Amino acid sequence: MLHDRDRIFTNLYGERPWNLEAARRRGDWDGTKEIILKGRDWLVKEMKESGLRGRGGAGFPTGLKWSFMPKQADGPVYLVVNADESEPGTCKDREIIRNEPHKLIEGCLLAGAAMGCTAGYIYIRGEFVREAQILQAAIEEAYAAGLIGKNACGSGYDFELYLHRGAGAYICGEETGLLESLEGKKGQPRLKPPFPAAVGLYGRPTTVNNVETIAVVPTIYRRGAAWFAGLGRPNNTGTKIFCISGHVNHPCTVEEEMGIPLKTLLEKHAGGVRGGWDNLLAVIPGGSSVPLIPKEICDSVRMDFDSLREVQSGLGTAGVIVMDRSTDIVKAIARLSKFYMHESCGQCTPCREGTGWLWRMMERMAKGEAEPAEIDQLLDVTKEIEGHTICALGDAAAWPVQGLIRHFRGELERRIRERKLVVKRAA
Amino acid sequence: MSAAPGAKKPYGAMAPDVDRFAFTPENLEEAKRILARYPPGRQASAVLPLLHLAQAQHGGWLPKAALDYVAEFLGMAKIRVYEVASFYDMFNIEPVGRVQVRVCTTTPCWLCGSDAVLKAAREVLGCEPGESSPDGRFYLREFECLGACANAPVLWIDDDFYEDLTYERAKAVLEAVVRGERPEPGPQSGRKGSMPAGGKTTLLEVGE
Amino acid sequence: MPKLTIDGEIVEVPPGSTVLQACEAAGREIPVFCFHPRLNIAGNCRMCLVEVEKMPKPQASCALPAADGMVVHTDSPTVHRARKGVLELLLINHPLDCPICDQGGECDLQDLTLFYGPDKSRFKENKRPVADKYLGPLISTHMTRCIHCTRCIRFLNEIAGVEELGAVHRGEHMEITSWVEAALTSELQGNIIDLCPVGALNSKPYEYRARTWELKKTESVDVLDAVGSSIRIDSRGNEVMRILPRLHEEVNEEWLADKSRFAYDGLKKRRLDVPMLRKAGRLEPVDWKTVLAAVADRVRATDPSRIAFLVGDQVDCETMVLVKELAERLGTPHVECRQDGSPLGIRPRAQYLFNTTIAGIEQADVCLLVGTNPRWEAPLVNARIRKRWRRGGFTVGRIGVPFDLTYPVHDLGAGPATLEEVAHGWHSFAEKLAAAERPMLILGMGAIARPDGAAVLGLAHRLAESVRLLRPGWNGFNLLHTAAARVGGLELGLVPGPGGRDLAGILAGIERGEIELVFSIGVEEVDPKRLEKAFVVHLGTHGDRTAPIASAILPGAAYTEKNATWVNLEGRPQRGRLAVFPPGEAKEDWRILRALSEAVGRTVPLDTPAQVRARMAELAPQLGELDRIRPAEWGSFGRAGPVDPAPFRSPIEDYWRTCPISRASAVMAECSALAAARAREATGTHG
Repeated sequence: MLHDRDRIFTNLYGERPWNLEAARRRGDWDGTKEIILKGRDWLVKEMKESGLRGRGGAGFPTGLKWSFMPKQADGPVYLVVNADESEPGTCKDREIIRNEPHKLIEGCLLAGAAMGCTAGYIYIRGEFVREAQILQAAIEEAYAAGLIGKNACGSGYDFELYLHRGAGAYICGEETGLLESLEGKKGQPRLKPPFPAAVGLYGRPTTVNNVETIAVVPTIYRRGAAWFAGLGRPNNTGTKIFCISGHVNHPCTVEEEMGIPLKTLLEKHAGGVRGGWDNLLAVIPGGSSVPLIPKEICDSVRMDFDSLREVQSGLGTAGVIVMDRSTDIVKAIARLSKFYMHESCGQCTPCREGTGWLWRMMERMAKGEAEPAEIDQLLDVTKEIEGHTICALGDAAAWPVQGLIRHFRGELERRIRERKLVVKRAA
Repeated sequence: MSAAPGAKKPYGAMAPDVDRFAFTPENLEEAKRILARYPPGRQASAVLPLLHLAQAQHGGWLPKAALDYVAEFLGMAKIRVYEVASFYDMFNIEPVGRVQVRVCTTTPCWLCGSDAVLKAAREVLGCEPGESSPDGRFYLREFECLGACANAPVLWIDDDFYEDLTYERAKAVLEAVVRGERPEPGPQSGRKGSMPAGGKTTLLEVGE
Repeated sequence: MPKLTIDGEIVEVPPGSTVLQACEAAGREIPVFCFHPRLNIAGNCRMCLVEVEKMPKPQASCALPAADGMVVHTDSPTVHRARKGVLELLLINHPLDCPICDQGGECDLQDLTLFYGPDKSRFKENKRPVADKYLGPLISTHMTRCIHCTRCIRFLNEIAGVEELGAVHRGEHMEITSWVEAALTSELQGNIIDLCPVGALNSKPYEYRARTWELKKTESVDVLDAVGSSIRIDSRGNEVMRILPRLHEEVNEEWLADKSRFAYDGLKKRRLDVPMLRKAGRLEPVDWKTVLAAVADRVRATDPSRIAFLVGDQVDCETMVLVKELAERLGTPHVECRQDGSPLGIRPRAQYLFNTTIAGIEQADVCLLVGTNPRWEAPLVNARIRKRWRRGGFTVGRIGVPFDLTYPVHDLGAGPATLEEVAHGWHSFAEKLAAAERPMLILGMGAIARPDGAAVLGLAHRLAESVRLLRPGWNGFNLLHTAAARVGGLELGLVPGPGGRDLAGILAGIERGEIELVFSIGVEEVDPKRLEKAFVVHLGTHGDRTAPIASAILPGAAYTEKNATWVNLEGRPQRGRLAVFPPGEAKEDWRILRALSEAVGRTVPLDTPAQVRARMAELAPQLGELDRIRPAEWGSFGRAGPVDPAPFRSPIEDYWRTCPISRASAVMAECSALAAARAREATGTHG
């Protein structure tokens, strides 16, 4: 269990002001110049040693990602921060942005220094209007205090930071969709290769990192890679903000150690499952894109990348959606299918055509208006989408349905059977 | 319609279609400030912020003239601006009510009772999702996940989130908005942010 | 060079190749929809997925760079499943209206479904409704059939340079549209019909008129501009049903300009299909014998010095051989093929050719346009210039009236004075040309088809010398013709002989009564008022401008109705083929002149096409071999003299209506009216 002294986000609930003065009292912007002066190589090495894995969902090692950036580049090099938090079940970046904006800004500066970036853009989802206002004000505070901009923190390093507002498109959380959107186009993901580290924003080398990833950077540098790596489990180090929603007594966000057992997480921080642990039906442990896990798995699973992968799910964004036994589980997943249909960019065939088909079949499944053989057909269509699309949205649309069929096939069959009986009686 | 007779009406009816559009002097200044964030030759990057600006100026939706204006302002082909305006969910390219009321109905909110919030919105505004209220003041929509799931269900009115809603709380907020008030945004349950309702379990030495 | 293993076979491909190209090099066919070798890669259809070892997911081969050591499978169960899946997903919302779809029989979706697709539908939901879009008079839409490959959008953005189509909305609601229901303005828009892999974009004039398999396909060349695009004429019975481009990398690649594609309805309207003679002021139908006898009588009664031959813009070389032979036999030196009054001479040849060649544009690094609007005068030359510009490192300057050419142009000035400055090296652009590795000049007819044309041509010559447009292996001097017949006419020497009158001389002669008999061989661009005093024998195809003032009408064959030779602006001889027969009593033009020569008693002894062509090769050996360009000799041309300060204007004001065929076309009339309305709107309300 994480001690308060090891928590990075000490103003997670906004109990204190977000502003620079209060942030400094929390330890932000302390010795930033000295950290920058340790140089790029040290910054990247330290990040690698911390074991930090990207907090946006895919869990790619952050230090390794940074090391892909060219050592020498003539012209602009960009850091882009993905603040397009839109994954259903996920509400962590919002808390960082509105309560701890200076951790994010300082993190941008340090990440920028580690990669030799000339400028950073924070792409914030358009719906976060108030959050964007706070972040913009915080950026202006940082500029006014000489913390960013020319000769940031007196380090001799120049780093510009801008805020950019999106306008309502989940797909802009995909890093190349985000870059397209930032360039003023529809947020349609790009073909890879080339990867952003080679050809990114405006065709320049670019790294895209999640808000939480960047916001933990200053604390890691201040307290040392070893401290961070000592938390959690090997390959799943550090702390993580968990977002707990759905059928718990006290939904909340909370920073905990990686690898905390799901049951502990829910019972200690979220007041437990509504009606008690035995009333639990299933949990979507990492935001809507990962397959659900039924209670039997929830009983013992730990909340980290590798543990959840072992049970054919994922940590994703650590958006924990809890469903008790009162839940219409088919409808809950069908609503996610609708989400993916609505958020498909429309660019490539499997996702554009397949997400709508999935949703329509799921709607029928929810009512039992199907043939038993259509369960396999539904699974087959998810396989026609999965792995065949330009970006991961296709996979994200397929997995929740696959998880449902994997763990609740009996429920689907029961509905079809009962529906047939009703129709028969009516006839 | 549920607006009480004689109630204050700070919001006029639906903004009309127009043949011409131009930024107000203040918005023009703001547009120039926005443009300065992007490198020379990359002014197309400003299309989303500028469409936000134009939509706010025109009362919640973007007439074709505004799209054409932004295209010209940024030196973009018109079709590219149309593509963008139609792609992003926050832009309305058909006339809608000035006050935008969106109910998040994605699974986390749905699990926590977004159906009841939607019901309250229908009743108070007198229209279905995707429609504007009969007096043209409000535009009701179902919206996808707003990213405040620990405070579900959520109602998003113009710039503010109203969180931790029940049918009654949603109704109270909406009725106030119809009266022309702007109730305090955030959790309507009285809790602070996304702190557990039963009291903090972490950061115990922090706080007032 | 990366080496890959494709289905067990090792292939080596040039660096920069894609896996798709590597597969093709290995003889594997990879099905595609969105991929097109001339367009940017979109990678959106997902039809070309292949399995690459060590990569976790199937890869879009069109977008994946070929790398050394890659092991690729194109025939594995994973690949087959992926293809079948993509096809099933493409088909769920695609209507099953193949029996009434114009694309039926030449549809990629149909073909690939047959090979790779599912054999029955599992889709029980309702298909997506999509409203059709209005894109103007040339393209009809059936948007339920659209598979969102975005080839049409990419073509207009990239090749045509007109950003008018887009994909609006998102997800399954994504739609290709011009959004504002406005007609497309591009003069290359018809190509998106060919590019559309399904029946979403169709030719509006051709819509529901025929099934592809009942059409006779004739490979020919286009004559509606001087580019000489390769075309395929699809006909049924004796009717041209549609015209499509045919691949010719050096000329039109695989594109076709819209006038060349869509004006064919003009071949069926206002045709001269019976010989006529003017009797008591009215043209009356007569038989061939009568008309030839009447004309022969007139010829015999007229002193040869009072007879002139004028040759029009679409006349074939065979006919021009007969003109030359007949004029010689009649003893008249007044032969003129320069219908526009330009001062081009026949020696040196370089003065009238597009010496750089169309494909050669891609090698140039600086280009100066003088008195030309290539976008209207030769859309595919303009498309090449744009293609070159897109690659970067290319500067275009212009002397003439500004016009949007779809790429940036530095406007140096409007008229001859600026040309003078550049020619004398007083203008900075002269340095640019001189410093370039491969500079080119494109001189339009708008610069020289004017009274001071010879002096302007002289200036252009001076410029060519001063900035060294000719370098080893490079000739950067180019004349941009607008008439398909002109280069052939000059090659055959259809200019006034010794003592002969040129166009101005002939017209003045008519005015003064010194020229009494004029043979108008397809002449339609000379003011008929200036001809009407003469006895005009008009050999033509349409009741266009000249027929109303003609005294005798000899109905000829349009380009789709004869086997004949044209020489394009590069000097490339090409053969057009007969697709349908001339209407009514109309005949092949050269045969008419052959018959006339006999009627006059001065028989030209050429009886077969082979004999005519043999004579052609004697007159102009460079025309002896089809599709081959003979480099032209350089020398001096033009002359010094005063120039008129008036700005250079393109000879084409209205792209859509430039010849008897396009003027007879209802489709072109509609396009023209739309363009005029747009121009009014642009200059009117939006000032």
